[in-house]
Amino acid sequence: MKVVLQDLTKIFPSRSKNGQEVIAVNKFNFEIPDGKLIGLLGPSGCGKSTTLYMICGLQKPTSGSIFFGDDDVTELSPENRGVGLVFQNYALYPHMTVKQNILFPLQNFKGKDKLTKSEMLERAYNVAKLVQIDDLMERKPHELSGGQQQRVAIARALVKMPRVLLLDEPLSNLDARLRLQTREEIKRIQRETGITTVFVTHDQEEAMSISDMIVVMKLGVVQQIGQPQEVYDDPVNLFVAKFLGTPPINVFEGKVEKGKLYLGDDAVMDVVGVDDQDVYVGIRPEGFIYNKDGALRCSLRNVEVMGRDVSIVSENTASLNPTVRSIVDADNKVDATAQEVRFTLKPHKTFLFNKETEERIGFEIKSVKEETTATKKVSKATKSKTAK
Amino acid sequence: MVDSKKQWKAWLYLSPALILLLIFTVWPMINTFIMAFSEGYNGMSAVAGEKFKFGFGNFAQVVRAGGPFLKCLKNTMLLCFITVPISTMLALLIAVCLNAIKPLQKLLQTIFFLPYVTNTIAIGMVFAVMFNVVGIHTPHESIGIINSVIVAFGGERVDWINITSSYWANMFVLIVYIVWNALPFKILILLGGLQSVNKQYYEAAKVDGTSRIRTFWRITVPMLSPMLAYVVITGFIGGFKEYSSVVGIFGEQMGPVGSKGRLNTMIGLIYDALETGDYGRASAAALILFVIIFIVTMINMYVSKKKVHY
Repeated sequence: MKVVLQDLTKIFPSRSKNGQEVIAVNKFNFEIPDGKLIGLLGPSGCGKSTTLYMICGLQKPTSGSIFFGDDDVTELSPENRGVGLVFQNYALYPHMTVKQNILFPLQNFKGKDKLTKSEMLERAYNVAKLVQIDDLMERKPHELSGGQQQRVAIARALVKMPRVLLLDEPLSNLDARLRLQTREEIKRIQRETGITTVFVTHDQEEAMSISDMIVVMKLGVVQQIGQPQEVYDDPVNLFVAKFLGTPPINVFEGKVEKGKLYLGDDAVMDVVGVDDQDVYVGIRPEGFIYNKDGALRCSLRNVEVMGRDVSIVSENTASLNPTVRSIVDADNKVDATAQEVRFTLKPHKTFLFNKETEERIGFEIKSVKEETTATKKVSKATKSKTAK
Repeated sequence: MVDSKKQWKAWLYLSPALILLLIFTVWPMINTFIMAFSEGYNGMSAVAGEKFKFGFGNFAQVVRAGGPFLKCLKNTMLLCFITVPISTMLALLIAVCLNAIKPLQKLLQTIFFLPYVTNTIAIGMVFAVMFNVVGIHTPHESIGIINSVIVAFGGERVDWINITSSYWANMFVLIVYIVWNALPFKILILLGGLQSVNKQYYEAAKVDGTSRIRTFWRITVPMLSPMLAYVVITGFIGGFKEYSSVVGIFGEQMGPVGSKGRLNTMIGLIYDALETGDYGRASAAALILFVIIFIVTMINMYVSKKKVHY
C-alpha cells in the first residue's frame, strides 16, 4: 500500500496567551512507495513523531491530506485506517499475557471481519513465529526482556494485517547490542511481510542502516528525501550534511577565490564554476587523503589506530569544530610524532554551502575518474588483505 | 544495619512515637483482650478491686438469644454489602467521567470532594431534614425536599424516618447517605489511579479499534485494580464500623421514634455496653467485630490477589 502525504501540516496552538503557535509539520509532501521501509529522521522536535501520529490518525492534521493507496484517510479515525502502531515504550498491556496482548486487536473485529477463536489463535501464532516469540506466549510483559517486549509489540501491530506499519523510535529503549540485532530483525520482518513501514528515529545510523528511503526533517520542514546513501553522498544543505554520518562531517569556514577553495591560507582544491564568496565547507572524515605534499595543513593532535583504518585527529584554524577528524586507510603509515599533518581532499566528499542560506553549492568535479580509481585500488588492497 | 553503638540513638528518636503507641494503642488492645475474657467485668466492680473469672461469659452475653446482637450484625452486614459495591461503582463511573473532561475538572473535583471534609453527624442531620416529614397530621405541615420532589412528580410521600416509617425506608435513607459520604475518598483514589495510567495504553487500544466499553473493562478496570482493591477493602472495614451515620440521621436511639435500636450496628452494640459500664461485654463485642472484619478482609485479599494485576 503506498502512502501519499499531501501538504501535510500540523500547527499546535500556543500554550500561553501571547505565545507563538508551533508549526510542528510544515507542508509535508511525499509519496511513500508500496512495500518500502521509510525512516523519518531528525533531531528532537523536528515533527517526525507528529508526522507518524498523523499517518496513524491519533493526531488530526491542521491541513493537507493523507492517502493510503487511492483512499483518502485524512478524516478517518485510527481504527478505520488499518494501521499498526508500535509505541516507543511498546505500551504492552501489563495485565495480559503475550498471547492475550497479540489477540487483543483481533478480538476487536466486528461484523464480517469477525474471526473464530481458532482463526485468531492461528493468526496470533503465525505472527508470533514471524517475530520469534512463539515460545513466550504465556508470559506477562514484565517477564520479558526489552527486545522481547519489542517483538511482542511488533507482533501485536502486525497481527491485524495492517496496510501500514508505523514504528515510533523502535530501538531507543534497547541497549546498544540489542539495537543492532533488532534493527536487522525489523528489516527482516518488513521484507517478509512486505508491509509499507514508516519508522521514526533520531539516530541517523539506525535510519541509514535499514531504511529503503530516509526523510530528513528539521523544525517541521522536510530537508531531503532519498535513499540513505544518496542523501549521505549528496546532501542538499549543511544541516543534512551535519546530521548524517558517524563520525560527523568536519565543517570549515572557507572562501572561494578564482575557482580555488581556500581553507585559511591553504588553497586546498579547485572548484570550477563557483563565484567568489565565503562558504562553509563540509568534508566527510573519509574525504581526506593522507599526503605529505597535500595542500591542507593541520596540526596533528592524535592518531587512533582502529585496525582497518586510522583516525587522525588534528586541528585547523578554519575548522568550526574544535578538532578535525579524518579517517584514512590503515595502509598509510602516519607519523604520530609529527607536528603537522597534510591532506588532499576528495572532491566528491567535499561539499560547499552558501554562508547565508546554508544551501549546497554545486561545483564541477574534474578529477572524478582519478579519484574513484584511487578509492577502488584502496578497497581492493583491503580486500586482498582480509583474504590473507 | 544500624550499628549497635548507634542503636540507642535510633530508639531514642523513636521513643516519643513508641511511648504514645504503647499507651494509647498497644495497651488498650491488650486490655481489651483481658476484659473480654474476664467474666462480668464492669467498671464499678473493677475499681472496687473485685477479681474476675476467666471465661467466655462476656461473649455469651453479647450473642445471647433474644439480644440485639443478630439485629446489629444484620444491619451492619446489609449496609456493608449494599453500600460498598454501589459506592465503588458510582465512584468509578464518576472518576472516569471526571478524568474524561478537561474544562472545570478541578472545580468538579473539589465539589465531589466536599462531603469528605464535612462532619458526619451534621450532614446526617441535614439528610434527616431532607427526608423528613414534619407535622404530618397538622395543617401547617412542612415536608422535606425529597418528599416535595416526589409529590411534585405526582407520587405519594413516604415516611422515611419518622414514627410510621418502614425498616427499608430507613435503610434506604441510610444507604443513600453512606454512599454519598463514601464517594469522595473513593473518587479521589480512583481518579488518582486513572491519571497515573499511561495514556499510550488508550492510544494503542484506539489504534486497534477497541470499543469504549471493551477499553473500560479490559484496560481501565485491570489498570485500576490495585486502587479498586484498596477502596473495596477499606470500604468494608469502614462499613463494619458504621455508627455515626445512624446517629446523625436517627439520633442516639439508633432508630425512628418508637423503634429504638431498629438500625443499631455492631459499633452501636459496643457503645451500648460501654454506657452501662459493661466493659467486659463491650470488649467481647469489639473482639467479635474484629474477627468478622479480619475474615472479610482476608477474603477480600484472597480475591484481589487473584484479580489484581501486577
